[in-house]
Amino acid sequence: MVSPPDERDVWKQLATVVDPELPFLNVVEMGMVREVVPSEAGGWLVRITPTYSGCPATDVIMQDIRRVLSALTADVEVEVVHHPAWTTDWIGEEAREKMSAHGIAPPIGSHADKSFLLGKKQTVPCPLCGSTSTRLVSAFGSTACKAHYTCNDCLEPFDHFKCF
Amino acid sequence: MAAQEHIRYIARLGDDAVVLGQRLSEWCGHGPILEEDIALTNLSLDYIGQARALYTHAGALEAQGHGEDHFAYFRDEEAFENHLMVELPKGDFGFTVMRQFLFATFAYLRMEALAGQTTDPELAAIAAKSVKELRYHVEHARDWVVRLGDGTAESRERLHRSLEQLWPYTGELFTPDAVDTWAETAGMAPDLARLKARWDDVITAALTEATLGRPEDGWMQAGGKAGRHTEHLGYLLAEMQSLARKHPGVTW
Ligand SMILES: [Zn+2]
Repeated sequence: MVSPPDERDVWKQLATVVDPELPFLNVVEMGMVREVVPSEAGGWLVRITPTYSGCPATDVIMQDIRRVLSALTADVEVEVVHHPAWTTDWIGEEAREKMSAHGIAPPIGSHADKSFLLGKKQTVPCPLCGSTSTRLVSAFGSTACKAHYTCNDCLEPFDHFKCF
Repeated sequence: MAAQEHIRYIARLGDDAVVLGQRLSEWCGHGPILEEDIALTNLSLDYIGQARALYTHAGALEAQGHGEDHFAYFRDEEAFENHLMVELPKGDFGFTVMRQFLFATFAYLRMEALAGQTTDPELAAIAAKSVKELRYHVEHARDWVVRLGDGTAESRERLHRSLEQLWPYTGELFTPDAVDTWAETAGMAPDLARLKARWDDVITAALTEATLGRPEDGWMQAGGKAGRHTEHLGYLLAEMQSLARKHPGVTW
């Protein structure tokens, strides 16, 4: 009989699953893994929160998670939880730095901010030169979770990961 | 099994989302510029994602083995209870952004209220997710309404015309029927009169900024929530449902 994997092995496997739209970030860094807890069957239960409903990458990510965990052992179950809803607030500091390093301006502010209803705009600094003089080109960029900006100073285009 | 009104309330939230999502998808390859082609189809994806979750939930409440596809593809026009506004043809870009602004602001405020209720936790979870997406829909549409309203004579005229055409469809958003009243009494749905007060503030501010002004309330269209639709819904459903009906259960 094979003994159940260590909790650390489960986390290690989860860290090999990347978001296909942000391939330098894994699902743990994205805050999609809510918890790993002992299951009733004596193995592990992994609770995952998908990023957002319109995201076409979600199905691929969930498939990948099930694939790497089933390779580990049969004693790992995956459960999808919708509550509380995933938020960009769960993306860690290190992951935000990685985004910047890859030319993507990380999420800014809180999703609870309602000032947009009256047309208030956020300043998104350029991840390449740091300038705060930037302009929105399109609210929906290369993927639904990103907006497309251009820097007025270095003139480079860049993506901004929106706050959800 | 849950109350009929409960199931209908959830299913009609899905109906609004799937019909508007289908309308927006018609812009794919037809946007005025590449960025907007991408934006409108992304909005479409968000609504279809919301509809999937809502229909799945309605099916679970109903407990008769109906999945999301049943609600989207295997019901006829009369069974759809979406607001009439979302089924109107996509029109020009000005009409589409004006509808997006009027409807997405309503949808945002409604989902925000649904995210805060505790009567139906699954609905609260779906709403909490949807509200974050709708925020960007409101922002996107508001920007365009202001830019085109306070734009050239041509863009202003088109926005003005769209607003006049759409306004009679706004009354239905805030007129409760028996299902709405049931859901409000159950502590699930928000009071539509209070929702309207907030909607009015947001709409009036943007329309003023767009130099369009808020139209006077006159005679209002109604019937969507009772399954009485404009002639446009039938055509939309025929296109959306034909594949699934011709090849039931098809996968690829
Ligand atoms: Zn720059």
